[in-house]
Amino acid sequence: MTAASKENNCKTGETQWDLWEVFTQPKTGAPHEHAGSLHAPDREMALQNARDVYSRRGEAVSIWVVPAREISATLPDDSGPFFEPGNDKVYRHPQFYSVPRGIKL
Amino acid sequence: MEASAIQKAISDLPKDCRTPLTALLLRLGDDRLILGHRLSEWCGHAPILEEDIALANIALDHIGQSEALLRLAGLVEGNGRSEDDLAFLRDAKDFRCCRMVQLPKGDFAFTILRQFLFSTYSACVWEQMQKSPWLPFAGIAQKSLKEAMYHVRHSQEWTLRLGDGIEESHNRAQEALSSLWPYTAELFRESEGTAELQKAGIACSLSAVIASWRERVEALLKEATLTIPEDDTALFLSNIPTAQHTEHLGHLLAEMQVLPRAHPGAQW
Amino acid sequence: MTELTLEESSEKRELFEKQIQAGEKIEPKDWMPERFRKQLIRMISQHAHSEIVGMLPEGNWITRAPNFRRKKTLLAKVQDEAGHGLYLYCATETLGIDRSELVEQLLTGKAKYSSIFNYPTLSWADIGVIGWLVDGAAIVNQTSLAKTSYGPYSRAMVRICKEENFHKKQGYEIVTGLAKGTPEQRDMVQDSVNRWWWPSLMMFGPSDKDSPNSKELLAWGVKRRSNDELRQRFVNLTVPQAKAAGVTLPDPELRYNEETQDWEFGPINWEEFWQVVSGNGPCNRERMKARQDAHSSGAWVREAAEAYAEKQQRKRAAA
Repeated sequence: MTAASKENNCKTGETQWDLWEVFTQPKTGAPHEHAGSLHAPDREMALQNARDVYSRRGEAVSIWVVPAREISATLPDDSGPFFEPGNDKVYRHPQFYSVPRGIKL
Repeated sequence: MEASAIQKAISDLPKDCRTPLTALLLRLGDDRLILGHRLSEWCGHAPILEEDIALANIALDHIGQSEALLRLAGLVEGNGRSEDDLAFLRDAKDFRCCRMVQLPKGDFAFTILRQFLFSTYSACVWEQMQKSPWLPFAGIAQKSLKEAMYHVRHSQEWTLRLGDGIEESHNRAQEALSSLWPYTAELFRESEGTAELQKAGIACSLSAVIASWRERVEALLKEATLTIPEDDTALFLSNIPTAQHTEHLGHLLAEMQVLPRAHPGAQW
Repeated sequence: MTELTLEESSEKRELFEKQIQAGEKIEPKDWMPERFRKQLIRMISQHAHSEIVGMLPEGNWITRAPNFRRKKTLLAKVQDEAGHGLYLYCATETLGIDRSELVEQLLTGKAKYSSIFNYPTLSWADIGVIGWLVDGAAIVNQTSLAKTSYGPYSRAMVRICKEENFHKKQGYEIVTGLAKGTPEQRDMVQDSVNRWWWPSLMMFGPSDKDSPNSKELLAWGVKRRSNDELRQRFVNLTVPQAKAAGVTLPDPELRYNEETQDWEFGPINWEEFWQVVSGNGPCNRERMKARQDAHSSGAWVREAAEAYAEKQQRKRAAA
């Protein structure tokens, strides 16, 4: 939250807890995936809230929480220089290579 | 556990254990039913959305534990009463819950401090009871212990934040603690027939967990900058027979039981 | 954000329109017309507020649920609604507005919420009928919204639809049970259907010809189907369910049109709809007061947690 908006909120007697992004691992061995976000005053409360909000049906075996402002992200304008150079490197994919018939690799 | 296995376990119980075990199960079940009911009153009215969800989860755990405990109580009693009969058609005078859980939900500090005192007690009790060789009971205890450990964590964290947060939260938390404290001794009152249950190794005595409870509670309250009040009303209150409730219980049950009472025999 | 030149902005707009046409999702950091952003904030936050206010009429019966099964289910359902409100507030926040601001809009009456929640829950049967009709209507709407063009809204809707599956089922289970119950229970459930049927139809919003925002929202793919289309879909789904349950829908003009294969229904009382929307429904004031009270009496709790977090941070920094 910026200083200005905080000041603004204080005027109306309102504070706002930080926004956190929540990542849940559905089962061991699976990657953590973005589940959603929530508000919490600190990391312990963020973890507890994440458990109650995003794992009510036992959807997770592990949870990560990250302050939303700490996340760096690419911008849509970056998409050309960032991602297109990866698109034409077919040799990174196994289908690029031929293997004699009948051989299993 | 399968129904047949539970029936077998019940028929294997020593004769003199059935009545005290029914009493203990009713007591544990009633405590959780009434506390769960009080917690559920927050749903839609909590200080922040995230806490609406958290309190509802904890309420659901309590109601679920109560359901399992009362079901088992009905089976051990052997008079064909279901968990619903016991919860929704029993008179206030036959409820065995402690007074602490009956008190109105109060403000958020009162709710949190009560959760902290009760959940810590609950965790201490389940830690012992899960060792019971009588499996139907041990099973409930094991599941409940996991839930209670989370309830302790949730209420501890909030007790710290309220106690050591701002002046208003500190004052409210202190006031809640002071008004709840006299009700704590009753938690450790022995149920009737504890001796028989102990002899048969089915359940431990509730007074046995007091030292461990006191130690955990004192440590956390100190960190939360809260002070345990010095007086002995606790002891006095706990010596009044349990059958005497607070005035709040009757109102709570009148509300909770209204439909089954108004429509005898109806299915819902 | 830096100002765009006219040329840049028309280029961006073209790209945006192309994305919409191609059925691609718009993501928070993508360029979007200011009006698109504003309309989304209005629509998603209104949806979020509806979930939150929607906790109250059903919450009214949590302490009176008649057995363990119903008590647990109802509490879990109302809790889910809090969760859904939360997901939707978060989706709105990706558009650059704080939840505190959105909450304030609700509490000051600046923002609207679904007018269905301004009707009272008078009997236990209302819990069944709300699950069946109100959640049923919401599901028709939300299933369509899961395909909405704004990524975070769509993701929230997918999650919500998955979770709401049980809401309608538990409602219908209550309704069918009561309809087979004692004479008092049968009266109770029919009375409840009579009260909730028409307000449920109004949930889809004004008729297409009177819905000022619909056209634009449809063109942007924010909405996928018009209010009237969705309403008709809901009626078609519900009529056979009512028959199977053994309750009567309170509309003497309800009849099946073989040609269109639609259940045609009588005229909706739009006067009532607009009155309730503008604040004169049976429970508007109570609902708002309940939310305002929860918010204002929770202020010290939120402040305490924040103050504690700051103290801890200072301690860590000093250590």
